[in-house]
Parts: sequence; C-alpha cells; structure tokens
Amino acid sequence: MPDARVINKGAEEATRELLRSLLESGQVSAVLALGRTGSGGEGVAYFLFTDPAAFEADGAACPLLPFMPANAGGLLSRLTLQGPPSEPVAAVVKPCELRALIELVKLNQCSLDNILLISSTCSGVYPLDAGVDGALGKNLPGYWEAVKRGELDEDVRPTCRACVNFVPENADITIALLGEADLDTRCTLHVNTEKGAAFVEDLEGTAPSGELESEPVQRALGQREAFREELFAGVEVGMQGLIRTFGRCIGCHACKTVCPICYCRLCHFDSQDSEHPPEFYEGELDRKGGLRVPPDTVFFQLGRMAHMSISCVGCGMCTDVCPADIPLSTLFAKVAASAQALFEYRPGRDVAEEIPLRTFEEEELAQVAT
Amino acid sequence: MENQAFTPRIVGFLCNWCTYAAADSAGVSRFKMPPSVMVVRVMCSGRVDPLFVLTAFFSGADGVLISGCWPGQCHYQKGNLHARRRTALLKSIFDTLDLEMADRFRLSWVSASEAPRFVQVVKEFTDQVEQAGPSSICDELFL
Repeated sequence: MPDARVINKGAEEATRELLRSLLESGQVSAVLALGRTGSGGEGVAYFLFTDPAAFEADGAACPLLPFMPANAGGLLSRLTLQGPPSEPVAAVVKPCELRALIELVKLNQCSLDNILLISSTCSGVYPLDAGVDGALGKNLPGYWEAVKRGELDEDVRPTCRACVNFVPENADITIALLGEADLDTRCTLHVNTEKGAAFVEDLEGTAPSGELESEPVQRALGQREAFREELFAGVEVGMQGLIRTFGRCIGCHACKTVCPICYCRLCHFDSQDSEHPPEFYEGELDRKGGLRVPPDTVFFQLGRMAHMSISCVGCGMCTDVCPADIPLSTLFAKVAASAQALFEYRPGRDVAEEIPLRTFEEEELAQVAT
Repeated sequence: MENQAFTPRIVGFLCNWCTYAAADSAGVSRFKMPPSVMVVRVMCSGRVDPLFVLTAFFSGADGVLISGCWPGQCHYQKGNLHARRRTALLKSIFDTLDLEMADRFRLSWVSASEAPRFVQVVKEFTDQVEQAGPSSICDELFL
C-alpha cells in the first residue's frame, strides 16, 4: 500500500510537526529521537520524548540531525527486550539502525509491536568527534546543501560515503531527503505500511507525487558504490595485513560494545574462557619465544567476524568509537559483503527471512564438504 | 622450516556418532595412517563453534578437520547441515582476508562404517597440509 503525502513545509519543520502532532493527539506515547543535552545544547544523544514542546522549533529534539551517538537499533532492543511498550512509540531512525533493529528482531532481542518506525533517505552522518569538537554545528549548512544536490558532504564518515543501503526498507514512514531540491519548502512523506497510514490520516498534505527511487538517489548509489570499491581495495589482507591493521588495537572491546549485532550479554572474549592460566603464557613463550600482551587481538576480531558478519549492517559505529582509529567497519563490511553474498542474504531486508546460520537447505554447498 | 620430518599437527573435531566411531574402527582394524590428527570428540559436528576452529589455529594447529555424519544421517537430524553453513561462512572469511587457514581447513562426511574412508580423508588432508608446510601463525608473536 505505498502512499505518499506532500507537505508544504521544510523537511525539518514537517518532521517536527508530525512528531509533535503524534504526541499531542496521543497517537504515540513517546518518541525516540535525537536530542540536544546540556544548557548550551553541545551534546547529542537519543531520548524518549513525551513532551510535544520538545519538537517546537526551539525544542530539545533534533530528529534529522546527521549524527549517530549510538545505533538506535540496539537502543530499541534494550527498550523492548522484556516486552513491547503498552502504547505506541514512534522511533526516528537511520536506515542502518533500522536494519540492525530487524536483525535483532530475528535474533529474539527486540519487538516491533507498538513501534512506529520513521526513517529517511540517508546522506550519512558525521563522526562522533564532530559532536565533541563543535565541527557538527559548522558543517550543518553545507550538509543540507549537499543533500539537496543529492550529494554527500565530504566530511561525513567514510563508512557512510561507502554505504549503498541508504534508502530505508521496512520503515512505516519514510521521509524523502536525498536529492530533494526544495527541501526547505516542501517535504514528501512516503507511507509504506498500513500501520504507518493510520498515523498520518489526520495530517494535512496533498496527494502523492514522485517515487522514492528518484534519479538523484540512483546517481548517489553509483557514486557510493564506486567509493565502496575504492575503500575495499585499500583493505590490508593476509595475516600480516591484519597484524598491521590491528597492531595498534588497545583491546578495549569498544567495537563490540557499540555493535548492535553483538548482543551477547557476556562475550566469550570478556568471559572466564579468555582468562588464561599461567601455563598458557608459559606454553606460548616456550613455543614462540615471545608473546604480545594482552593476547587474542586478531583472534578477537576474527571471532567477531565469524559470529556477526552475516548480520553486519555496516552502521560504522565500530570505527566511530575506536580510540586507536582502526578502520574496522571497512574491514567488516568487506568480509560481510562476501559472507552475505554466499547466502544471497541482506541483513534488514525482511523480518520474515531467517538469518542464514539459523537455517539450512538439504541440498546446498556440496563443494564445502569434501 | 623445510626439514624432512614435518608431521602436521591437525586438530580433528570428530562427531561422536559417526567419524569418531570410524576412527576407532580404523584403529582396531590396524589400518595404516599418518599420526597427524589430534582428536577432539564432539557430540555433533554442529557443536563446533567457529571459535573452536580459530582457537585451534591460534594455538598452533597446522590444520583443522571437522568431520561428521553425511547429510540426512545426523543423530540430531540437522546439526551437520548447520555445520556445513558455518564452515562455508568461515571459509569465506578466510578467503576474503586471504588467510592461509583457507587451505588448512576441511569439512568431511564420514559415517561410522566408513573406517577406510576416514583413513583416506586423513591421508589426503595430511598431504595437503604437508604441502602447505608448518603454519606460520604459530610463529607470530602478535595475535
């Protein structure tokens, strides 16, 4: 039931108004969206807003800010793990966050009941650093100019510049942003589901016009595919390549902590199983004549790949938080691309589609077993 | 390291219900085979987490063999079919990252009655790993 609604207001204003009216009318009990923290509004974090005033022009909420302090898919998993909310909650998320959410639903870590998913065609987000050093504010005008042209600001994260899944799937409502030249005066909401339609019934706006898969979107896809190839070509491979890449890893496991797909409460690599007895160290020393401490750096990353790459949504949080500036998400995206191609799987595509490692076909992969 | 007496150290994760019995039977029947496989008995090839394989390699194995029941014969109906998908995924990771583990990793189906096939698998795989030489992972100080 694809439907669309054109509102004669700027995208930012229209989005705020939609969310405000949803709260005012009681159609949703809360909205999960980005908001500014502190008196000066320096910090940005996800919030559950219940006060419609937050979505006034000078309110704390900033739902379309190109910034990702956490993967909202993981946050929604935390909120709904024990059960869905009793009343509808709207969530404004980016396409990669939406994909993570869908994967977490498949992994029984999350519920979509009573969650209204609002997403937008994504033009990337700025690195976390930009939110700390003030670059985010300075960059914003340029960002939106680039969005209108259907291009990417050069300062958004490389992961985003290489992302080819920037049109959200499975959103109840999609806000068209990328390549919309009249972004400041007009906003198109694409209503994709019955669930979404129920929430925009009262919204003033004109009938549909234009497709989400517009010409600028196609052009952006081409550019991002090219950049993706470029990034992938730069990945150092081989054991020596991995050792060079992870040589500066400090073993903080932050990449795993922020990863929405790494949902295990206790990771193998943080567990007792990874606490080695003295015999282990002595054995390693006898065998090799030396040992990097703490050990298990490449092992940790390969183990993580084996466990989560099939569902890796390429959100780039791992690179964002790495204190040693290791380009993790490029490496993971490359590995994930071939792993997912093996099973013709795309994470976040369809909530009814099983994760390949949880299912099988009787006749397949004959070449794997010899 | 190209010395004459290189016997690969292969860690074999063998299914209790089939390959483990085949290996036992091969021993009882006094079939000749290279003494290269160190056996880890598992209840099903589906029990083998990719981390087991990586642990073996990082602990100095020159090769890793996972062996279980033929498709359709799993004691638990489908464990081996899960193992096959996991193996395919792990191989894909090794291939993408151009890691030498790709040539040192094998999944084989050997039923309980196939002691000669077990011997053949061990011979073939030992040859293959011998060709590849000692795993260089063993010498890495940084892992």
